[in-house]
This record gives sequence, C-alpha cells and structure tokens, in this order.
Amino acid sequence: MARFVAARLLHTVLILFGVSLVAFALIHMIPGNPLDILLPPEAPKSVVDRLRSEFGFDRPLYIQYLSWLGRVLRGNLGTSVFTGREVTHELLRALGNTLVIAVPAAVLGFGLGIALGAAAAFNYGKATDRLISAFVILGLSVPHFWLAIVLVILFAVEWNLLPAEGMGGTGGFPTSWDSLRYLILPVLTLSMIPMGVVGRMVRSTVLEILGNEFPTALRAKGLMPRRIVFHVLKNAAPPTLAVMGLQLGYLLGGSILVETVFNWPGCGQFMNLAIFRRDIPVLQGTVLVLASFFVLINLVVDLVQALIDPRMRR
Amino acid sequence: MADITALQPAATAADAPRGAAGRSYWATVGERLRRDRLTVAVGGVVLAIVALAVFAPWVATHDPLDGSVLRRLQPIGTPGYFLGTDETGRDIWSRLVYGGRLSLFCGMTPVLLATAFGGVLGLVAGIGGRLLNSLVMRVVDVFYAFPSVLLAIAICGVIGAGIANTILSLTVVFIPPIVRVTESLTRQVKSRDFVEAARASAAPMHAIIRHQVVPNVLGGILVYATSLVGISIILSAGLSFLGLGVTPPDPEWGLMLNALRQSIFVSPIVAALPGVAIVVTSLCFNLLADGLRSAMDIKLPT
Repeated sequence: MARFVAARLLHTVLILFGVSLVAFALIHMIPGNPLDILLPPEAPKSVVDRLRSEFGFDRPLYIQYLSWLGRVLRGNLGTSVFTGREVTHELLRALGNTLVIAVPAAVLGFGLGIALGAAAAFNYGKATDRLISAFVILGLSVPHFWLAIVLVILFAVEWNLLPAEGMGGTGGFPTSWDSLRYLILPVLTLSMIPMGVVGRMVRSTVLEILGNEFPTALRAKGLMPRRIVFHVLKNAAPPTLAVMGLQLGYLLGGSILVETVFNWPGCGQFMNLAIFRRDIPVLQGTVLVLASFFVLINLVVDLVQALIDPRMRR
Repeated sequence: MADITALQPAATAADAPRGAAGRSYWATVGERLRRDRLTVAVGGVVLAIVALAVFAPWVATHDPLDGSVLRRLQPIGTPGYFLGTDETGRDIWSRLVYGGRLSLFCGMTPVLLATAFGGVLGLVAGIGGRLLNSLVMRVVDVFYAFPSVLLAIAICGVIGAGIANTILSLTVVFIPPIVRVTESLTRQVKSRDFVEAARASAAPMHAIIRHQVVPNVLGGILVYATSLVGISIILSAGLSFLGLGVTPPDPEWGLMLNALRQSIFVSPIVAALPGVAIVVTSLCFNLLADGLRSAMDIKLPT
C-alpha cells in the first residue's frame, strides 16, 4: 500500500506540473503580443517597453514560467488587470459559491444514479429497466444550459414558485429557507449529468457482476436477496467511485453554462467575465485552480479505491 | 524456425484471419443492427436531421437572416411562420434548419479530426515501446486533468470566438479520450494469439498493423466516436451560447437559444425550441452509439 501511495503521489505531482505548464501557456496562446490586450494600439513605444519589463515579458520564457510558478506556489495568483483586485481572494469566494451548488448536486446526482442504475440492473430486461435506461440516457443528452432555461420557464415564469436567478440576500452559505429556494433549480439542473453517467455505470457494472459465479453461490447458500444486493453493490463500488470523482470535478469546472443562466456568482461566472474582459490573470488562475482541484479529487478517489479493493494496489 | 516461415508465407498468414473471420463478423453485426428496431429508427432520424440541414435552402420557408420588428416574437402557429419568429422577427423554422448546418458541422468536425489524430496517436502509443507509450500517455494525462468544458472554454476564451476556433478547441478536448481508448484497445489486440502468430510467421510490422490491429480496433473507436458526437454537439452549442462560438447573425442552435433567452417571459415555448433540436440530435447520436455497441458486442475500456 505504501508503495502504491508513493507512486500515486509522484504521478500527481508530475500531472500538476503539466497542468501548470498548460495554464502558463494560455497567456502566450493569445494571437499577437500579450500586452495588446492591455494597451491601445496607439500606445507610445516607451510605455510598451516599460510595461513589458514590468510584467517580465522581455525575459526568457523559462524564467517567466519559474517566477510565475514561484508566486503561484506561495498562493499568489496575481491581480486582475480589469479590477486590480487580488485573483486568489476573489477566486476563493467564487469557488465557495460554486461548492454551494456543486456539492448538493453531486450528492443528489450520485444518489439517484446509484439507485436508478441498481434498480435497472436487478430488473434487467423488464419494463422498469427500459424506463430507467430511457430516462438516464435522456439526462445525458440534454444540454444542461437548455434544461436550466426550461426549468426557469416552468418554475419561475409559468408557475412563479421559485426565483429565476441569483443567490438571494448576501450570498454565501444558505442559512434560511428563503435563500435555500435559490439553490433548488441550479442543483436540479447540475445533478442531471452525474445522475446519467453514474446510473449507466452502475447498471453495466452490476450486470457484469451478476454474470459472475459468486452471486449464484450466495443464492445457493440461501442468502436473502437483500444481502445479495449488498454484496453485489460492494463489488460495483470501485469503478463507480472513479466515475463519481470525475463527475465531481466536472461539476466544479463545468458549471459555467448553468451559472450563466442562473446568474450564479460562482467560478464559472467569474471565468466568463474574465473572458469577456480579456482578463488573462483571472482566467489563468481559475483554470489552474479548478484543474488542480480535479487532479486532487482523482488522487483521493484512487486512494479510496485502493483502500476498498486490494486488487487496485497493483 | 526457418521451415515454419517457409510453410506459412507472411502475407497469407496475415491475410487469412481477416478474410475468413472479418466478413462473417460484419455480416453478423449488420444482421443484429437490422433486427434492432430502435437503432434503425434512430439512424433514420439522424439521416433526416442531416438531410434537413443539407437541403436547408429548399426546406426553409423564409430567409433565415430576414427580420422585421413588425413581426417580432410571433407565437407558434402564426400563418406563414408556423414555429413563430424570434426577437428580431426572423422565421424560427428557417433558422432551425439553417442552424442545423452550423450546429452539425461544429459538432461533428471536431470528433472527426480528433478521431483521426487521436486514433493515430493511440495506435502508435499502443504498438510502440515503453518509452514511446509513456511519452504519449503522460501528455494525454495532463490534458485529462482539465474538465472538458473548462478546457474548451479556456482555449476559446483566449484565442477568441469563431467557428474555426470552436472546432480547434473541441478537437483538443476530444483527442485525449480517443487516444486513451485507442491505446487500450490496441494493447488488448496486441496481446491476442493471432498477432503472436503473425509475428511468429515473420509478418512485417506494417502488415500486422494493417491486417491484424487496425481492423480489430476500428469498431471500438467508431462506437466511441459516435458517442462523442452527442457530447460535441452540446459543447459546441454551449460555446456559441456563451458567445465564444458562432457569431451573430448566423443561425446556430446554441446562439439562438441565448438570443431567445431574453424573451422567455414573452414567448417561452418558442424560446425553448432550439434546445429541442439539440436534445433530439444528441439523444439520437447517443442511442445510435449504444445500438452500434451492442450490435458489435464491444466493451469499451473506461
């Protein structure tokens, strides 16, 4: 186990290094000079040169990368070129707002997915299975930004039951029913894709396990059906966990479209604003932090998997 | 060793399994597909959607760019505009069929490009030695560390809006998963007995790749790519929805959805229509991928 943990940690560090390279490269992918986004085309050459040395664009690329990485590792993601505020601080607040909807969406989506997937697999070929499979694949085929609009049309415009957008009040962690109401539609929307992915995964994994010999052996031993379900689900856990880890990461980074529709002040909206203001430090910082989160989630999932299933420890 | 090679010339050894087993396998797949009524129906719908987009000039009832404030936001069933009009009075039906051209193009091209590039890379990584394999796969791992939507939006956000940039960013997003699937399928095939046999009979590497490996991984890649088309159509519409893809006034489903979002209080049903087009198209591609997968009896690596 110790060797496995060490190998996984080393791998994670290497991946994080690669991620930082890609995030750093973003600023140099802008067509033309990175300073073009800051200065009007008629800016005098002296100003351009002064800013270039101030930002360090006149130094060799690897020096630029290393000094940027040094700053990032100390928790400084730079300042926004649009608002002049610290990226780290703003990003943490946005990330908090995103977690407020992403975590409940993950819990709801995973719960529904596991329940539906298992129900479909244990009723393989019956009407229940077909109904659930149809619902699950529909959940995967619906663009969530469209689902968000449809839910707003139904619950906010037509029936006037729930707020259409925003977080209500001061934002942050919801403390009253009134601010909790703002969560319902975004969470429902976001839970669809994890529900679909986990549902399909659980169904196919459980079917595969049911094809093994041990469930038959358990039945022959006279075990109650309820206990057999437990044993089968336990065996389906590792691959499902891997998928759930990926989905949690997607929820953090991929909620940008849903946050746009609901005008939710999370990291998706933060990044969207940065794109339209051409605020590269903000974009770079958001991408770097979200991707690192994603990598760390996957590390945790791998370790948990190895804990449950010794075969994973290779 | 020498007389084994003499008995079994390389070319015949390499050709035999393909000639005998290959035809009957594809015949079985075709037979299974014909019997699967859902997949046949779904395939028909996909063809119909593609046909509507291709023959848009003949199917559309109006010019998709011709608007007038006099007939803004007409409801469904208006004479002459049976699906209503948008916020600048343009015919929704005509914009939907013309929009299909851009939406399908921006959705399918990245998958085609990524399948070509990713397929070759995955094949090389799967067949090549340890060094080559880890070189390719570690780079792929880095790109895997980015959630796909995030990566597509970040790339498009930096290089700017436009059709070409949408296709470029989505291609970058889809190459890593295709490389992974191809590499893992290739390694599975490589360890099979018939490849061992071909190698033992001194078949040259390129012949083994052409006759043993490629035909056996192609089905899996095809199924996987089909399942990506549904996602790609949603993602490219999402980029346009954010203003990072197709630029106005060109009709495209994601862009239409964003423009009509302002009108949900006036004509909610019309505002939801472009999304229906996206859902139907991506659902059909997903069901098609499922049908192909079970007909080919393929289990994809995850």
